[in-house]
Amino acid sequence: MSNSMRLPAQPGEVIDRSRRIDIKWNGKKLSGFDGDTIASALVANEVRVVSRSMKYHRPRGYLTADFWDPNGFVQVGDDPNVRSGHRLIEKGMTVDPQNVWPSLDYDVKAANGLVGRFLTAGFYYKTFIKPQRLWPVYEKVLARFAPGGVVDLDTPHGLYDKRYAHPDVVVAGGGPAGMAAAIAAAEAGSKVMLVEHEHHLGGHLLWGSAEDRALAAELTAAVETAGVEVLLNSTVTGRYEDNWVAIAQRSHPQAIERLVKARAKMLVVAPGLIERPYVFAGNDKPGVMLSGAVRRMVNMYAAKPGSRAVVFTGNGDGDAAASDLERAGIEVARIVDARNGENILAAHGPAKSMDSVELADGTKVEADLLVTAVGWTAPTSLLNMAGDRPSYDANAARFFPNSPIDHVLSTGGIAGDGSHEELIEHAVATGRLAAARAAAIGHRLQAATRRAASVDGEAPAFAADDRPILPRDPHPELFRSTTHGIVDYSEDVGSKDLMAAAAEGYDSVELLKRFTTATMGPSQGKLETVNTVAVLGEARGETIEEVGTTVWRPPYAPITLGALGGRIHEPARVSSIQPWHEANGVTPILAGAWIRPEHYGNPESEVRNTRANVGITDVTPLGKLDLQGPDVPKLLSQLYTNKWMQLPVGSVRYGIMCAEDGVVLDDGVTGRLGDEHYLMTTTSSGAASIWEWAENWLQTEHPDWKVHVTPVTTGLTSINVAGPKSRELVSRLVAHAGDGAIDLDGEAFKYMQVRQGTIAGVPNCIMWRIGFTGELSFELHVPSGHGLHVWEALLEAGKDLGVRAFGLEAQRIMRLEKGHFIVGQDTDGLTKAPSTGMTSLIKLDKEDFAGKAELAWAMDTPLPVVVGIQTVDPLIVPAEASQIVREGTNEILGRITSSRMSPTLRRSVCLGQVAPESAAAGTELTVVLTTGERIKARVMEHHAHFDPEGARLRG
Amino acid sequence: MLLVPCPNCGPRNASDFAYGGESHVRPNPNQATPEEWRSYLYMEDNPAGWLKETWYCRSGCRRFFTVERNTATNEFREHPIPGTKLGGKA
Repeated sequence: MSNSMRLPAQPGEVIDRSRRIDIKWNGKKLSGFDGDTIASALVANEVRVVSRSMKYHRPRGYLTADFWDPNGFVQVGDDPNVRSGHRLIEKGMTVDPQNVWPSLDYDVKAANGLVGRFLTAGFYYKTFIKPQRLWPVYEKVLARFAPGGVVDLDTPHGLYDKRYAHPDVVVAGGGPAGMAAAIAAAEAGSKVMLVEHEHHLGGHLLWGSAEDRALAAELTAAVETAGVEVLLNSTVTGRYEDNWVAIAQRSHPQAIERLVKARAKMLVVAPGLIERPYVFAGNDKPGVMLSGAVRRMVNMYAAKPGSRAVVFTGNGDGDAAASDLERAGIEVARIVDARNGENILAAHGPAKSMDSVELADGTKVEADLLVTAVGWTAPTSLLNMAGDRPSYDANAARFFPNSPIDHVLSTGGIAGDGSHEELIEHAVATGRLAAARAAAIGHRLQAATRRAASVDGEAPAFAADDRPILPRDPHPELFRSTTHGIVDYSEDVGSKDLMAAAAEGYDSVELLKRFTTATMGPSQGKLETVNTVAVLGEARGETIEEVGTTVWRPPYAPITLGALGGRIHEPARVSSIQPWHEANGVTPILAGAWIRPEHYGNPESEVRNTRANVGITDVTPLGKLDLQGPDVPKLLSQLYTNKWMQLPVGSVRYGIMCAEDGVVLDDGVTGRLGDEHYLMTTTSSGAASIWEWAENWLQTEHPDWKVHVTPVTTGLTSINVAGPKSRELVSRLVAHAGDGAIDLDGEAFKYMQVRQGTIAGVPNCIMWRIGFTGELSFELHVPSGHGLHVWEALLEAGKDLGVRAFGLEAQRIMRLEKGHFIVGQDTDGLTKAPSTGMTSLIKLDKEDFAGKAELAWAMDTPLPVVVGIQTVDPLIVPAEASQIVREGTNEILGRITSSRMSPTLRRSVCLGQVAPESAAAGTELTVVLTTGERIKARVMEHHAHFDPEGARLRG
Repeated sequence: MLLVPCPNCGPRNASDFAYGGESHVRPNPNQATPEEWRSYLYMEDNPAGWLKETWYCRSGCRRFFTVERNTATNEFREHPIPGTKLGGKA
């Protein structure tokens, strides 16, 4: 049967008969030619049924045979929902029907059609509401009836990409008007991007007369000469604020799909018109096709859509379809002319085909093809997105753009009718206007950019719109015959459903749409919106203008999630010590943007070694800000809740930062390195936001303060050396005399002090004594180029001391043993500073600081409290976020915020937040485990479970 | 996507900026009543029309600046006093 329905060579065909391409359809081999769409290959091979409808599983054939065909969705390999009217065939392609079970020919669910009267609009809403416990069952059953192909979860992620473009003019639509506008704009000096949905430039000229095709060829050549950038098989999917135009490019040589983000100074909308189906009984039978579909099949692909046709026509395109069919040797049994008041009533035939057409005059004409040409839908989507609300013209039986938009112009069929000459003249004027306005906009944008090259002269005036006005051809209003048929093919919604819904009270267009799902399927209103509105108008006894229409929103055509995601590009930060971590058995953990060492095999052993000997850990992600200037103390006083005006050089201090609502924002240590030089540390996650927070205060509230804030997080590698032998270890590496010498003696370099000097031969290192782990510890900040060297020097020098690296997990265990809270873990978005128990750090006698007003009021308010908690059974570790409840009830009193088994104490230790009345030391708590079991726990006197007096860290 | 006019960098994509919200004068924290302070923190005028607001040029010059934007048309016009106030929220 290969190519049994292929016509002899047609003058305008776009297929290359010298290149045969074999594909598989529904398990069987068939062949087409290079240039065929899947649809034309199937039609040329006598395939008439390609899918089953969504709800009633009615057999469907091609209706529009283009991108918008609601019946043409197929599975291609592992790619579901492929639009077969658009996708070109490729060698070895496997194409299968979808939404059929067990087969396309015999579909069990077609029985739905028999019970169709029970599956009316709103059926799902009405039937599956109660009882709620059955919802999962409904879902299972309905999922098997749902349309769509099969998703292969093992599909490898292919290359998707993005591009940023800055054209002067984007032209959406590569038909004659779009091409003429693009040429005119380019000749006037604009950088133009012309975007065409289909595989060829030319639009409807491609399936037109010899004269049409000659014009298409002439314009296509001129587009190239004019230097217009052409994107074929690409769709402008949306127009957003300030002419930010999204383009889905399906034709990129490498990427499966590419999202082009174009900032167009001007957008020209020239999408042409979309042919509208006619509503009558049997209008979804295989064999009913629109005139454009038939002309594309015959003229572009030489595929024969039927053998004996009836043509129902209300315009010149229908007439042309009839003559195309006759020229190709397909019998036209009857032309039914709507302009003479003739009408069709129904298409009849067995389930999977059509054998006759019933006319309004009562006659029945034998035919296997019924061509309808009843008018147009203006795809005004991009204009809608720019704010236009198109208006209906009854005389022309279609919608037109309504209000002028400065940066968006329309031309071509969407703007009006007329001869080729008139339409081209309008398009050329549109292109010139776009170019003139783009020049004015470009001048304004450049002048507004202080650092750009200066622009010469006055800004050009914003050109006035003096384009010719296109005529509008009269067209009979043809929406529905006297019979009922399908309105929305992709959602299986009929005119009867719409009328019934309107009678039930869903009689505004937006309500009707949501209740019946008309216009909500894959065709998104391209084919069915106007018919929906017309049928509703009939039901309400009103005109289309009175009923109004729905608003088209982006995307105009589907865009893949892959293109929206673009390349997989998730840069991660690593410290300079990363090569050592990787070579030494690290288990990494992703923390924010950083890859950090979680542990090196056994975090408990890392804890024990640090407590007994000495450990080193990589804390580079700690946020670090270099602060310089005479007013740094003022800034610190403004940001932290405690006092900073008297911090001596060589000292560090801990502080808490609050937002203006009193909620804890961050905490950390800041040290004074010199008279006007400080180093601030923030939490790792706060590194970026605290920088902005500081800049915000400096730039807006206190622009008179002299402070420079420089982020140095990645410029310094940070190493914490902790444990009873840490002083001995560090002393082996610091310079003891001369420039950069540091005296490590406990009296000379006390807890909470900072020194600068040479470590392991590296000058300009900063070192301070703090105690996050609870041990005697030295935190080193070394220029990151030398970070790895210092790390390795520490390990080498401390071999006999038992030095070992420890990771984030050991650090977290030790800080919990020591009771240090972590902002964002032990506090949350509602935790005000007094809840942390650090009330001594809130200095309300300062003139001002961030959060002061709220904290003043919070001091007198009962608030949840962060407390140390221990379970009565020392071996139970409640999961973090376990709830704390009032005994015998489900009343929540708080939650466990941190919990670990302590290798040091050999028991579980926790921090938690509890209600103020449960915060006193010794209070017995009830903790609900994830298993539902309730256990007892106690509030401890201190946050610290280990060494609460801090004897070790001061050592 | 909106083009936001940074006084230094010129018109750039809104995604280059952090939005600081409506610009209000920060009350004196020592004198404000809870009502005044919380109104400053949480209440927005949200007009359909000209609004004074703060933007932060996060991916560019890192300046905070104040502009006026017409919320109905997204038209911008320059605010005479550059950098006048703090967003209030972190």
